[in-house]
Amino acid sequence: MNAKQLSVFIENRQGRLGEVLDVLKRNKINIISLSLADTTEYGLLRLIVNDPASGREKLSAEGFSTMLTDVLVIKIEHKAGSLQELLKILSEKQINVEYMYGLSIDGETASVVLKPSDLKKADKILVSEGVKTMSAEDISKLN
Amino acid sequence: MIWSKEETLSRKEIEEMQLARLKETVARVYEKVKPYKAKMDSLGVKPEHIKTLKDLAKLPFITKQDMRDNYPYGLFAVESDKLNRIHASSGTTGKPTVVGYTANDIANWTECVSRIACMGGASSKDIAQICFGYGMFTGALGLHYGLEKIGATVIPSSTGNSEKQIMYMKDFGSTLLVATPSYALRLAEVARETGVDPKKDLKIKIGLLGSELLTESMRAEMHKVWGDDVLVTSNYGMSELMGPGVSGECEKLCGMHINEDYFIPEIINPATGEVLPEGEKGELVITCIKKEALPLIRYRTKDITRLFYEPCACGRNFCRMENLSGRSDDMLKIRGVNVFPSQIEEVVLGFSELGPHYEIVVEREGYSDKLTVRVELVRSTDSFAELSDLTSRVKNKLRVVLGLDAKVQLESPNTLQRFEGKAKRVKDFRSNKE
Repeated sequence: MNAKQLSVFIENRQGRLGEVLDVLKRNKINIISLSLADTTEYGLLRLIVNDPASGREKLSAEGFSTMLTDVLVIKIEHKAGSLQELLKILSEKQINVEYMYGLSIDGETASVVLKPSDLKKADKILVSEGVKTMSAEDISKLN
Repeated sequence: MIWSKEETLSRKEIEEMQLARLKETVARVYEKVKPYKAKMDSLGVKPEHIKTLKDLAKLPFITKQDMRDNYPYGLFAVESDKLNRIHASSGTTGKPTVVGYTANDIANWTECVSRIACMGGASSKDIAQICFGYGMFTGALGLHYGLEKIGATVIPSSTGNSEKQIMYMKDFGSTLLVATPSYALRLAEVARETGVDPKKDLKIKIGLLGSELLTESMRAEMHKVWGDDVLVTSNYGMSELMGPGVSGECEKLCGMHINEDYFIPEIINPATGEVLPEGEKGELVITCIKKEALPLIRYRTKDITRLFYEPCACGRNFCRMENLSGRSDDMLKIRGVNVFPSQIEEVVLGFSELGPHYEIVVEREGYSDKLTVRVELVRSTDSFAELSDLTSRVKNKLRVVLGLDAKVQLESPNTLQRFEGKAKRVKDFRSNKE
């Protein structure tokens, strides 16, 4: 099951990240997880939020370059080695990870947000291996 | 529609009219404009030496510097009681350039603009919104009078308050927009921001754009935001010569027809001043042959173009000047290479990921010039690989077009400054710009 990630292009300029967060706050959009990566000139802020479509609309209206990307939010056990096992399943089937970041829900389960090289195929493999993924609807309820 | 019969005169008739008017103008200027008489005398040229149109090349040039040196009225050929109007062009440095009109000059100016408006598709049915700044600038009043003369309904909305401009456009049903190309694009942007779709909710069918270059990619961008069925033409003029109305594009879009019964164009090599043959690219020089107050002879426009004399499919025989490839004034010299901002614009507009606004920054680092092109990313991505691929594709294209390496800086939409009048897209921070 896919989830929608909200990606925002941010120039490396003082206060830009704060401006994004301000828009989200004003529109009561809750951030569940985020990853901020940068080069010397610009960065990409990747967000899992409760309402990605509305987040995108509000940010675009305020002049941000945004995009929604399909990602997998995968539940794993909160114990040593579980991430390694998950990646092994994918790498055996020649699926690469483009990027990944954590999403913590409670003390017992952990989740990762993962952008695989082939999303459809990865999703199928995970279903057949009995790995649980979260849908956009599941995520919107994490509020 | 062709506004006046002069536009369809044969080449021979045009040239006969030009020669008669040139002789009259040179004799009058020699008698009444002392600084120009002095120039002619120093070259040993007398009015009677002008026997054919080719003899025009014997006459001295007038430059913007001459206008500054004779500020404000030194080049005028009439007494102040004959003057009917004064305009001035914005002097970015020092005093403005002052131009004057007699009542006949204003009537002739209006006639010239009426022709250009008709070339661009305007008629008495149009509701024309003039989004040029009213005031000392000639653009707004020139178009205003010309459009009124053809019977159009004129809305003198001037520049500024773009939301209100969109409201007028929508509520008054404007069908014709007069603006700079960059402001026309800005207005479409503002319309969309306020929930108005320029293609569906507005009735604009004609864009008469001027006072800035209209590149082909800018025209394509205009169609993209205003609709494919909008006739977008550019027109040309400058206050020194009259204002708008020197030339304009017809619906064939194959260059701007010059009102040759009022102006004689020449193309010269800007370095040597030598007249170039038909079809060659160089600096446009214009001689006014039917002006009373300020009849400039061989005025160096600093605009780079070429001329074509074969009759146009539209039925007009007036020669055409190619849409400008730049002003020698706007030209930047970066690491010894001549760069026109319009070349950079062509590259930027070729990328659908980027918006039409851009800024050119030139700095000096050590002994070397550094060129940065700031662009707005309108179509985002989630991948660094795609962003770096985009910047390198833009860089490569710039290298091919300019022969220079430039840094490409991506910005969020609406980051770069927007302009209501002439866009100022170049920031040159070098102390020595050579």
